[in-house]
Amino acid sequence: MKAKHLQLLGFSLVIVAIQLLTQFTNSAYHLTQLTMTAYYSLLIVGLCMLIGYAGQISLGHAGFFAIGGYISAFLTTHDLSPYKTKGIVAVLAKAGVLTTRPDLYGGDLLTVNPWASCIMALSAAIIVAYIIGGPVLKLKGHYLAMATLGFGIIVYRIVLGSGLLGAADGISDVPSFRLFSGIEITGRSSARVINYYIAWGLVIAGMALLLNLIHSRVGRALASIHGAEDAADAMGIPTAQYKLKIFVLSAAFASLAGVLLTHYNGGVGPSEASVMKSVRYVAIVAVGGMANLWGALAMSLILNYLSLRGYFGTFDDAVFGGILILIMLFAPGGLLRRQILRDIRHIFGAKGKDQGGEAA
Amino acid sequence: MNIELFFQYVVAGLTYGAIYAIVAIGFNIIYNATGIINFAQGEFVMLGGMTAVTLNHFIPLPAAILGAVLVATFVGALIEIVFIRWLRGPSVLRLIIITIGISILIRETALHIWGESVRALPYFTGTSVTSINFRGVYVSPQVLWVIGISAVIVVFLTLFFNHTLLGRQMRACSANRDAARLCGISARNMVTLSFMLSAAIGALGGCVVSPITYVHYDIGTPLAIKGFTVAILGGLGNSTAAVAAGMILGIMESFSIWVLPAAYKDVISISILLVILFVRPSGIFGSAETARLKEF
Repeated sequence: MKAKHLQLLGFSLVIVAIQLLTQFTNSAYHLTQLTMTAYYSLLIVGLCMLIGYAGQISLGHAGFFAIGGYISAFLTTHDLSPYKTKGIVAVLAKAGVLTTRPDLYGGDLLTVNPWASCIMALSAAIIVAYIIGGPVLKLKGHYLAMATLGFGIIVYRIVLGSGLLGAADGISDVPSFRLFSGIEITGRSSARVINYYIAWGLVIAGMALLLNLIHSRVGRALASIHGAEDAADAMGIPTAQYKLKIFVLSAAFASLAGVLLTHYNGGVGPSEASVMKSVRYVAIVAVGGMANLWGALAMSLILNYLSLRGYFGTFDDAVFGGILILIMLFAPGGLLRRQILRDIRHIFGAKGKDQGGEAA
Repeated sequence: MNIELFFQYVVAGLTYGAIYAIVAIGFNIIYNATGIINFAQGEFVMLGGMTAVTLNHFIPLPAAILGAVLVATFVGALIEIVFIRWLRGPSVLRLIIITIGISILIRETALHIWGESVRALPYFTGTSVTSINFRGVYVSPQVLWVIGISAVIVVFLTLFFNHTLLGRQMRACSANRDAARLCGISARNMVTLSFMLSAAIGALGGCVVSPITYVHYDIGTPLAIKGFTVAILGGLGNSTAAVAAGMILGIMESFSIWVLPAAYKDVISISILLVILFVRPSGIFGSAETARLKEF
């Protein structure tokens, strides 16, 4: 059994232990926030792959999250029955992607079913990531940061400004997502435990995928890009292609998280697309140690949970801003690193090269 | 569209363009001195406007503006001394994240001090309905203040960088830091000074536009990204071109309202940023030859 299998097994046990703990202490209500945490964590491990391993910062990942969430929310709530007989809607109905469900007033609502809308949302995010990723990833440093930040703000402004997407109110009454008969992603308290396991199961599957990726040809190529991009280029590694692939992969993770969390919460609002959300994700990856998937996942579990439970009160954003500054000033390699001792010596000794140089 | 309406749009565009240019100049000053893009640049504008509004409750307008500029200058110096000064050879990524963190802290502090309400200074001359009629085009005197003060800032900076010892020292540091230090210039103090200068300029800009555009705690990020768009459009580091680029962006934005709903105004200007970054990162006034030697 390899180390990564042990790690995955260990983490699965932690997840089970947390659930059992809430069971025995009669505090199953914590599972709601923990499930939401899981979906945010899915985005964060994807982003960690991009920032830590491919070395490309993105300040716009909340944008991909929102693309997933909003497209899925829109398709599963927008009533198509007035167009039932018209061209494309009729074709969709034939293909079996539409479902009918009763609405609040007893009438019938004809919408796209969650599986189809999930696939459409994911494809849309992947296409957007491909289109903007090509030119954006040619940029470096400040330019890359600003371009991704700009992308995030564009998505935010569009969802905030479009009446069709509910403007400032967002979209509510998103139906639950029936995966198989009897198992659905929903916020109802009766399905709390199963949803907790679905969400974390997905995170663990995502982690398994990423860990395999890191230890494959792709991972080694990424490491070489991170070490010295020009040298990697000269060795014949298609650096631009690898960067783009990881960017698209992380966008897919983000949009999947957006789709599922939207179904879980039963709605999505423009705050999910805000710049602050993107910055928060970067903060968590930074605290976790940049190129450290487990670190990012652990910090995401702790910080997202605390934030969602409201422990930071009105200082929520300030906490993440503060974390960013403190980490970047004192431990640019992240909090959860193996050589913490060396870090301490580094701070007090003030000798040697800047550790942050690795992450650029 | 008749000719009066056309010029009305142009005037509105110039007003917004002036504030974008001021933010862009702030970016340029710090960029020239340190190579850092200060993501907290928009926060200085917010801080200036908000502080002036509060001070104006107690002291007359000119004193309140002066006070706000001094407060912002102090904050600028503080930021550099506390967060930037002692870093040794920090990576770009690290600096980006630190300045983003700083901008969040300033914004959150402002939120806790001033709350979410929208504020504005009184009009410097006249009231909100006073206007000067130029052959059918109505111009608020405040617009003239905005454009006038931006012009004064540009002239002042040009004189400062070209004809004073301090300004020349700053330029020397940005041209070649080591050579400047060999000449006995304290490069570190020049960096602090650049933060103070750009904070002061941002705050002054915030005071002048606040009667027209209003200020609240959250205006920093959009201003920063538009200021950056303008800085890039003009070529990073080139302040004279930034003014022209600011006017271009302001006018484009103001005409975009004519085509698209006002809610999408930011979408237009940021799309322009992306297009410029993709196509011509050296800016429309920058030379392609120098661009080839730089990394974007």
